[in-house]
Amino acid sequence: MRLSLSAWLGLVMLTVYVLAGALGPIIAPYDLGLSSVDLQHQFEGSSPAHWLGTDASGRDTLSQLLWGARSALELSVIVVAISSAIGLAIGTLAGWYGGAIDEVVMRVVDVLMAFPGILLNIAIVATVAHPGVPLTVAALCANGWVGYARVARGQVLALRERDYVAAAVALGASNRRVMMRHLIPNLMAPAMVQMSFGLGSVILIEASLSFLGIGPQLDYTWGAMLDQARNFLWNSEWVKVYAVVPGLAITWVVLGANLLGDGLRDRLDPRQRGRM
Amino acid sequence: MSIGAFLLRRLGSGALAILGASILTFAFLHLVPGDPVDHLAGGDAPPGARKKIEQCMGLDRPLPVQFARFLGHVVDGTLGNQCRNGDPSGPTVANRIAEVMPHTLALAVCGMLVAIALALPLGVVAAIRRGTWIDTLATTVSLSGISIPQMMFAPLLILWGFITLGWFPGPTEIGPQAIVLPALAIGTHLMAMLARMTRSAMVEVLGEDYVRTARAKGLAEGRVVFLHALRNAILPVITIAGLQFGSLLSGAIIIENVFSRPGIGSTLVDAIKERNYPVVQGAVLVIAAIYVVVNLLVDLSYGLSDPRIRRA
Repeated sequence: MRLSLSAWLGLVMLTVYVLAGALGPIIAPYDLGLSSVDLQHQFEGSSPAHWLGTDASGRDTLSQLLWGARSALELSVIVVAISSAIGLAIGTLAGWYGGAIDEVVMRVVDVLMAFPGILLNIAIVATVAHPGVPLTVAALCANGWVGYARVARGQVLALRERDYVAAAVALGASNRRVMMRHLIPNLMAPAMVQMSFGLGSVILIEASLSFLGIGPQLDYTWGAMLDQARNFLWNSEWVKVYAVVPGLAITWVVLGANLLGDGLRDRLDPRQRGRM
Repeated sequence: MSIGAFLLRRLGSGALAILGASILTFAFLHLVPGDPVDHLAGGDAPPGARKKIEQCMGLDRPLPVQFARFLGHVVDGTLGNQCRNGDPSGPTVANRIAEVMPHTLALAVCGMLVAIALALPLGVVAAIRRGTWIDTLATTVSLSGISIPQMMFAPLLILWGFITLGWFPGPTEIGPQAIVLPALAIGTHLMAMLARMTRSAMVEVLGEDYVRTARAKGLAEGRVVFLHALRNAILPVITIAGLQFGSLLSGAIIIENVFSRPGIGSTLVDAIKERNYPVVQGAVLVIAAIYVVVNLLVDLSYGLSDPRIRRA
């Protein structure tokens, strides 16, 4: 597939992220368990032992960053997979059957879009004292599917008028067959665009939740690192590095996801070039 | 469809969406573990104090009655009672929201101004110099605006504006100067979206016949760009800006937290953490209502300013 330079750049950036997430914990120079707490070396600068310095409890920043990549990758892949599966299924059903099903689905979509999405995420994770990964995933999927459903429904409404769909119906294809064989394969391309943007936004939301102190209680996430850093921001020169590093990591992933998403969309619809 | 019918239809579906959001919030608050009484009274409060809070919130009644009570409080405009000490005649939720709302609105408006002030020049320059390195630079700057997490950007702004330069007041202040840093933080995020919208709208308009005509009759390039092109390109940009007003409210949740500013976002997060049902319900209702009304106004203004849309 021919892609623009910036889309390739986005793809490369995401590949680096996926590699860091997959290999990170293996290549991380230090463990992050309690044993790694080293109060002799708080907020140290860059050294051969700690390339990016250490945090408030003397743990290695680079190792935290790499473990953070693992948790971000796990979370974003799971959330995108689940919410796209749910959203595409619901959107396809609504677009194909229309009528009451469509009406109900669109009203639910209206409700979910009637207030900022992060509120729902906060409300769900705040239901328990220590949300685990499953609850965070559920919270992000609770409104994550809406974007995919809208894309799928819009595509199906256009596709159902196509001759080949009419032909399939005329040949006696069941609803199930039309949807599985003729509709869904043809809406995968726009869905991919949505997935690419989704990859970035999941990371941002997770980081926001962790930052508010209600994220998944994982050992290390980029959002939790940012949250830790801001409490010490005025202490030493090296806290600033600790505060910036996870932020840059998030920027890297979100920028990559946006560049790729933009590029894919341009490829699909040249008229939209340069638009959001 | 006449404008009246359109308005009625949109108001209806908007009201439905707000009601749905309220039911959703209600369901979440009540179906999950976590007792508001523990948070408000403290875990080891005497049974009498607990009882008072329970009664004040109506938690001793069946769920449908509780929801009906909430709807009643929407109608009478109080949004229920905060029930701080189980005192049913204390300050209402509406009082609390009215107290913090001006801070959030000021932040949202200033953030929007920052966004527009940054986005228009960026977008126009990118469109005029389309395909050159200036375009690429402007696009990269605007994309970074979306990609840099506010959780990093806002603390760095504090570090720079408050600690290093000392020009601006620090967190927890709420004077007119104190709004500069949070507005910058919230505005740069929105700037990205608007700059890209401005660019594509300008690119489209610059290719129109009337722009060619204006150039052909020898108008100065500045006149062509600003009077002929930008005036026509700005409409969709304003629309997007309006639609994004709601996203400023969600941005406010993080920004108000970082800057420890009072506002609807920080009120809501606090209320969720302490499980104060009436405050959560009231705040969600207000935010949803603002969302719906803003979207409706944007649609209306769009239809009024472009007759082709009004007829459709």
